[in-house]
Amino acid sequence: MELKPGTRLKSSVCDTEVVIVRPPREQVTLECGGAPMGGEAGAGLDAAHAEGTLLGKRYVHEPVGLEVLCVKPGKGSLSVAGTALTLKDAKQLPSSD
Amino acid sequence: MNVALLLEMAAQGMGDRTALRWPGGALTFEELYDRARRAAGWLAGQPGDKLVYLGPNRPAFPVALYGAAMAGRPFVPVNYRLKDEDLRRIVARTAPALLVADDAELERVAGIEGLTALSISEFMAAARGAEPIRETVEQEDGIAVLLFTSGTTGEPKAAILRHHNLSGYVISTVEFMASEDGEAAIVSVPPYHIAGISAVLTATYAGRTTIQLPHFDPEAWVSLAREAGATHAMVVPTMLKRILETLEARGETLPGLRHLSYGGGRMPTAVIEKAMALLPHVDFVNAYGLTETSSTIAVLGPDDHREAFASADPSVRARLGSVGRPLPVLELDIRDEAGAPLPAGEKGEIWVRGEQVSGEYVGRKAVRDDGWFPTNDAGWMDEAGYLFVEGRLDDVIVRGGENIAPGEIEDVLRLHPAVTDAAVFGAPDEEWGEKIVAVLVADGASEDELQGWVRDRLRSTKVPQTIQFRGELPYNDTGKLLRRTLKQEFVAGSRP
Repeated sequence: MELKPGTRLKSSVCDTEVVIVRPPREQVTLECGGAPMGGEAGAGLDAAHAEGTLLGKRYVHEPVGLEVLCVKPGKGSLSVAGTALTLKDAKQLPSSD
Repeated sequence: MNVALLLEMAAQGMGDRTALRWPGGALTFEELYDRARRAAGWLAGQPGDKLVYLGPNRPAFPVALYGAAMAGRPFVPVNYRLKDEDLRRIVARTAPALLVADDAELERVAGIEGLTALSISEFMAAARGAEPIRETVEQEDGIAVLLFTSGTTGEPKAAILRHHNLSGYVISTVEFMASEDGEAAIVSVPPYHIAGISAVLTATYAGRTTIQLPHFDPEAWVSLAREAGATHAMVVPTMLKRILETLEARGETLPGLRHLSYGGGRMPTAVIEKAMALLPHVDFVNAYGLTETSSTIAVLGPDDHREAFASADPSVRARLGSVGRPLPVLELDIRDEAGAPLPAGEKGEIWVRGEQVSGEYVGRKAVRDDGWFPTNDAGWMDEAGYLFVEGRLDDVIVRGGENIAPGEIEDVLRLHPAVTDAAVFGAPDEEWGEKIVAVLVADGASEDELQGWVRDRLRSTKVPQTIQFRGELPYNDTGKLLRRTLKQEFVAGSRP
């Protein structure tokens, strides 16, 4: 599945939903809880990928430049080819609006 | 990403926080989400392909903004302060559309072809009672907002802001739920200004309460800020000046206020210095941005303000008159007329590129194919990366081949103790191409004395040849000085 900016994906094993913020430079499969996102529900949550996702946090996979925003939290954690995505640092900008 | 998702997240993560407070009521994020979903469900069965909003900063504004987004219809806030004729012409350009108007404005927009008009009361009744929309209508590259630019130069253009521009701006500059519970911002910027739109979106995402003041009035603003416990505020420069005068007249400060951001026009250094002296406990933020950039592209933060205010170094002190540094999430250049980037210290046009930059109007694209947008603002950057904005390129005076920014001369004139306000512009001149004209609000200083004042502080080529005096200067309602109006009047008045 092509990961375009703005695409919303649901986990197939938990409640997690993410939106693609920055697309990957090459085609990859985004997984949650160890199973491909956007796939058929069925498989159980993989205990090796069960750290959980947090609402409003951004996660990145630097090797391909992928960045996603968690818009609904869940029990699974995000990965690409088994490598966990990392939490992006919080922004330090003063509020201007 | 549809901007409605920002509200969905807020309702999910902090649904019982107060989203809006106004004289007479309040709504939580959960309630605001519910109202917007019902408004969207109702809107789906209504005629037109846009939602036009004609009214002030009231609860119906965010409900309509998010409801339209969920229903997949562009939200088009229009300026209710326009004269009937101008208002009807702009509204007619939005057809086919559904128009929601303040009850008092409804009559002014009756009978426009392609427009179905109803009152805000009827709209809010639907937002309370209709079936909620099941799912947000997702569109590829959909338009979230159409904003008519303020039209200081000719017929207003309809700027296009797509969902990805606005949501990109919000998620890259604001941390979700970053506000502490209890933070509340007083907002009286109108819905038809980009700052009014971005204030709704960023407050939602940060989880901050918005205290709505429908119409700005300095007395009402100060009273509401105190009574409603405002910790944050956002104002345009003319508002700040009047707020400070009110505070001084009342002998009050704003002890609960912690953070004040300003933008939307040039802030006279004297006003911000007075604000910092009167409200030393407040964090000041200067934000510079344009409609076409989804709001802020550069900020001068609280530490920058304090450092500049306390510094004896003139170049650091001067930063109080800058708009700070560009946001790290975008690229910003100063370029010459041929579009080539210029080094620090040199004046040119401000160009910007990033997710939040639309640079697009109905019927015309100003953004280049490589994503760079020439802003038509003149400016320069100092060695440390602070950006100085000198106003619209069109306002630059070309006198004998020299480019002269009016803002620099206005700043110097405003420093004169007798001068309370200043406008500088170029007028046709046979010898020089253009000559420098100043129109001042001043008490007791002669033309000679003021020319000498400028000559002592700037080059002699920057001294106004003509100085006129007036009781007040024309501004539009979001604080932009209307130099063009003065110029037209001056030119008309000097014809034989």
